[in-house]
Amino acid sequence: MSDAGGAVDSHPLAVEIRGASKIFNPGRHNEVKAVTDIDLDIGQGDFVTLIGPSGCGKSTLLRLIAALIDTTEGTVLVNGKTADAARLDRDYSMVFQRAGLFDWRNVSRNIELPLELMGWKAADRRQRSAEMLELVKLGEFARHHPAELSGGMQQRVAIARAMSFHPKLLLMDEPFGALDEMTREHMQNELLRIWTETQITVVFVTHSIPEAVFLSTKVVVMSPRPGRIAAVVDNDLGERNEATRDDPAFFANVTSVRNALRGGERP
Amino acid sequence: MTAARTLLRSWLPPVVAAVVIFGGWEALLAVIRPDGFVLPPPSDIGGAVAQNFDAIVTATRVTGFIIVTGLLAGVVVGAAFALLVTAFRAANETLTPLAVAVNAVPIIALAPIFNAWFGILSPRSNQAVVVVLVFFPVFVNTARGLTQVEPSQIELMESYGARKWRIMREVRIPNAMPFFFTALKLGTSLAVIAAIVAEYFGGRQDALGNLITNSAGLTRYDDAWAAVLAGSLVGIGLYALAVLLERLVMPWYFVVRRSA
Repeated sequence: MSDAGGAVDSHPLAVEIRGASKIFNPGRHNEVKAVTDIDLDIGQGDFVTLIGPSGCGKSTLLRLIAALIDTTEGTVLVNGKTADAARLDRDYSMVFQRAGLFDWRNVSRNIELPLELMGWKAADRRQRSAEMLELVKLGEFARHHPAELSGGMQQRVAIARAMSFHPKLLLMDEPFGALDEMTREHMQNELLRIWTETQITVVFVTHSIPEAVFLSTKVVVMSPRPGRIAAVVDNDLGERNEATRDDPAFFANVTSVRNALRGGERP
Repeated sequence: MTAARTLLRSWLPPVVAAVVIFGGWEALLAVIRPDGFVLPPPSDIGGAVAQNFDAIVTATRVTGFIIVTGLLAGVVVGAAFALLVTAFRAANETLTPLAVAVNAVPIIALAPIFNAWFGILSPRSNQAVVVVLVFFPVFVNTARGLTQVEPSQIELMESYGARKWRIMREVRIPNAMPFFFTALKLGTSLAVIAAIVAEYFGGRQDALGNLITNSAGLTRYDDAWAAVLAGSLVGIGLYALAVLLERLVMPWYFVVRRSA
């Protein structure tokens, strides 16, 4: 079974986007320029957030990286391969705003789903699923059904499912958007812990400024109509913990991102 | 002990309701004494069942066979259409309008025409009515369940490189199961109605439909009611079977939901 493990192999760049545009329904009355002229490099092991108002194309950009949609122009490379080749090689995994667990599978079998699709043997699947449940601290819930879990727990299962085959890249589309503030901060801490433990590269879509600043090493600020990158804010806060949320450097970067979102000058 | 209490709690209300309804019915008729053809008391119907027991059992067997085979065929064809329509766009564009057109036909009205096709004494025509009537709700509901999937679940499968048929098997079909069983339960009562009404127009002479029309023609209304009762029992039995099957096939659906 392929088990790539850590992130730092093969290609130096996890994601390499050059002149990418996406136009939905080109030439029709409902034509939408979703994103235009995107250039973006994401290094291995980075934690990059895409932030912007609704309609700025941040989810579209994430789906271009995932090869769930094709670019109209430009190229998207993932680990040095075309995005679609990376998809078929299972270089990345996705987490959505809705956990999207399958009600007809228990927690453990939800986590095993990608492994089943990859043809893993049952015993190996079972073992990996148990490891993943430990990673997201839900060990005792293996045989529960998704409907029996809270929203935050469901999202942790979705993360465990995404991490199950040790992908090099994790693509997250507003994964904590539906959670209450307390659960959300807890999930952010958990995600940072997992990121630190596994050295995985993360691309994270959000419209929460504090969330973007707390989580990422780089904040990509996008502006709408047509969606493009307005600014990239480097966000070197070092090792993060609860105290980071009260750190002056954290607030300074929150201000930088907010100003970039307003399209104003940075202080 | 708790099991016995649960059993009691689930069985007691319907039993009480039945006693009240049939007792009230019997008592009311004892007071106002209408002519027998308006409404016979339950005791007369019970007497008619006892008196014509063999004929009723035979008729129930004949009609029951038509109901069950027609229901099964309608369910299989409906579910197969739903799969085709979901999997292939071309199938959707040709079969869906056809199915809608078929549904717009007053199907019971076809019974005499089916008699001409299959022969007036053949149960085939009755079965055909059942099949056509059961088909549509199964088709529509199953197709809805196959298509109304959370979009991110499809994207998830695509992100794992899963192909169309794998997505069908892992996501669409399980997602359609609750819809399918709703249609199946609906189908059980439709099948009973369709078979008996179709028998009014033809088919085997020893079936429930004929027993009802013949008894009514001879003003033996308690016999007619006895046959109606037999039909109801078949319907209730099939419904209970569908509920049981639903529980066995998708136990996950009955997991207690926790508010997120």
